[in-house]
Amino acid sequence: MEHSFFARNPSVLVVLSLLALFTLLVTLMSEGMGQGLVSTSFVKTLGKTLTLALVAVAMDLVWGYAGILSLGHFAFFGLGGYMIGMWLMYERTRLIVVEAMSGSTIPPTQEEIVSATGTQIFGVVGSSEFPLVWAFSGSLTMQLILVVAVPGLLALVFGWLAFRSRVAGVYLSILTQAMTLALALYLFQNDSGLRGNNGLSGLQNLPGLDHVSQDIVSLWFFWASAAALGLGYFFAAWIVSGKFGSVIRGIRDNEARVRFLGYSVEGYKLFVFTVSAMIAGIAGALYYPQAGIINPAEIAPVASIYLAVWVAIGGRGRLYGAIIGAILVSLVSSWFTGGQAPDLNLGFYTVRWVDWWTILLGLSFVAITLFAPRGIGGLFDLWGNRTAPDRHGADLGPDKGSLREKEASK
Amino acid sequence: MSTLLEVSGVSVSFDGFKAINNLSFRIGAAELRAIIGPNGAGKTTFMDIVTGKTKPDEGRVIWGEKSQSLIGLSEARIARAGIGRKFQKPTVFEDQTVRENLLMALSNNRSPFKVLFYRPAKADLERVGELAEEIGLSDQLGRKSGELSHGQKQWLEIGMLLAQEPRLLLVDEPAAGMTPAEREHTTALLVEAARTRAVVVVEHDMEFVRRLDCRVTVLHEGSVLAEGSLGHVTSNQEVIDVYLGR
Repeated sequence: MEHSFFARNPSVLVVLSLLALFTLLVTLMSEGMGQGLVSTSFVKTLGKTLTLALVAVAMDLVWGYAGILSLGHFAFFGLGGYMIGMWLMYERTRLIVVEAMSGSTIPPTQEEIVSATGTQIFGVVGSSEFPLVWAFSGSLTMQLILVVAVPGLLALVFGWLAFRSRVAGVYLSILTQAMTLALALYLFQNDSGLRGNNGLSGLQNLPGLDHVSQDIVSLWFFWASAAALGLGYFFAAWIVSGKFGSVIRGIRDNEARVRFLGYSVEGYKLFVFTVSAMIAGIAGALYYPQAGIINPAEIAPVASIYLAVWVAIGGRGRLYGAIIGAILVSLVSSWFTGGQAPDLNLGFYTVRWVDWWTILLGLSFVAITLFAPRGIGGLFDLWGNRTAPDRHGADLGPDKGSLREKEASK
Repeated sequence: MSTLLEVSGVSVSFDGFKAINNLSFRIGAAELRAIIGPNGAGKTTFMDIVTGKTKPDEGRVIWGEKSQSLIGLSEARIARAGIGRKFQKPTVFEDQTVRENLLMALSNNRSPFKVLFYRPAKADLERVGELAEEIGLSDQLGRKSGELSHGQKQWLEIGMLLAQEPRLLLVDEPAAGMTPAEREHTTALLVEAARTRAVVVVEHDMEFVRRLDCRVTVLHEGSVLAEGSLGHVTSNQEVIDVYLGR
């Protein structure tokens, strides 16, 4: 093609430039750069928001493009977080243990260090042994691979079972909810090996970098989140831009037709679902070190439903819509629930936003679904004059002289 | 003439209702065939069985020179083996352009990884151009197919079928809802296609069938009632009783 990728997908360039500009501005105004216009905790909030935007892009890939309404993507997000959290927690605890033991006259053996580290980490669930799932926790490389491998494998197995049996639509959504619920309940158990409901904590501290202040560390994670979002957006845009995008949008609109064209619909769904789960895992691995703690409540079913709400509000089927939705809703949400929103005094009743925010969110979700199904991103259609045809070929009957659709609709 | 598809002794029932009852059917490699029959005669179920959407309770479906059995294969596998299907209702991807629709149908490798790295080659774009010309949509390539008229959508779907380069085309009521001029164009497309491949047309409209000028198979209650030229079957007393007489 004579046109380059960017010429065919102008939104990619716009999103990447805005992201770069935003990153630069926040960096210059941050405490880490000695300005203090943006507090460290707000840099973390912004960094977390960018990772939420990334998982929303992943969600848009499966829902907006391939038409698979997955209500379990936070399972993948959480697993990514757990995988990186294991290394952060293990390595930091080990360094602390080594430091504490270095005072003794006889140098501690390797076993003693591991055992003391185990006691430190698992004492809270009444254990001191490292469970099997921590086998690679000493290796950053391995845990980084697991960040994509574990969510990817779960999605692959789950998707293979579900798509092969041709489970689709609302039944698939319910199955994904069941999956994330089952995972959360499993992780809540103390003997799951991931510290039960305590979860993993202290993740904001990078092992061996205690001398670096959080002002700086928060910026590092902010940059990493921005880079991941940029790359993720580019990658997702590349996937949906070509013939592959054509096929998955075809699957969304008419699965049977794609099948009769000779495409293995199950294979495509599985591919998109797995790739999307891997992106979600990466997003989670960047989110939780900024949040500092991860526990099984994070992957409760409602979290994944929120994700679907963000994408719906932002506008599905367009990747920038997912970003807009995730950023807008999560920032507004933290404003309302953080107690910053002024209470609304109606005279007879005071609306406290901390309690009423979810209701407001629910109402706006219903309103958007009913009145603006293309979400906020749909506004760009008006500007770009991108119209979607809606002349669904109605069944006009085979009889002689039957009306053509154009005539019939008059 | 060599046989391309042979369906023999096929039966299928839904909840006790025998939709297809001991049906046998064969078609050669380059042949045009019309299937007619009243509503509920099993025409659509027959297509479902051949394309793998419905599994028959008994019987055989044998395909090609290697006499491959199609029973148990997935729809996608059967489509790749060379059977294309056009639905009664025009089903094109409305949100995508005519070009995208045709490119998707072109007979290239269909595995997800190959498709992910696929970029249209010059030959592919030329082929799309040829097809567009054939179906009269040359100047509509960049338009979203949802904006096309009903008849144009039907042609686009026929064009997509041709792009698949199938050896057997199953076409369900192609002329439904078309103007007389559009019907004529459609007839020409189908007759032309049948020079190089097998084409099975399911149609209600006798006038349209007459214009196709081909062998006709009459289905009734899930089995073949009569077969032969249109003149032959329309003079058959049984056919007149169950179908034409009404």
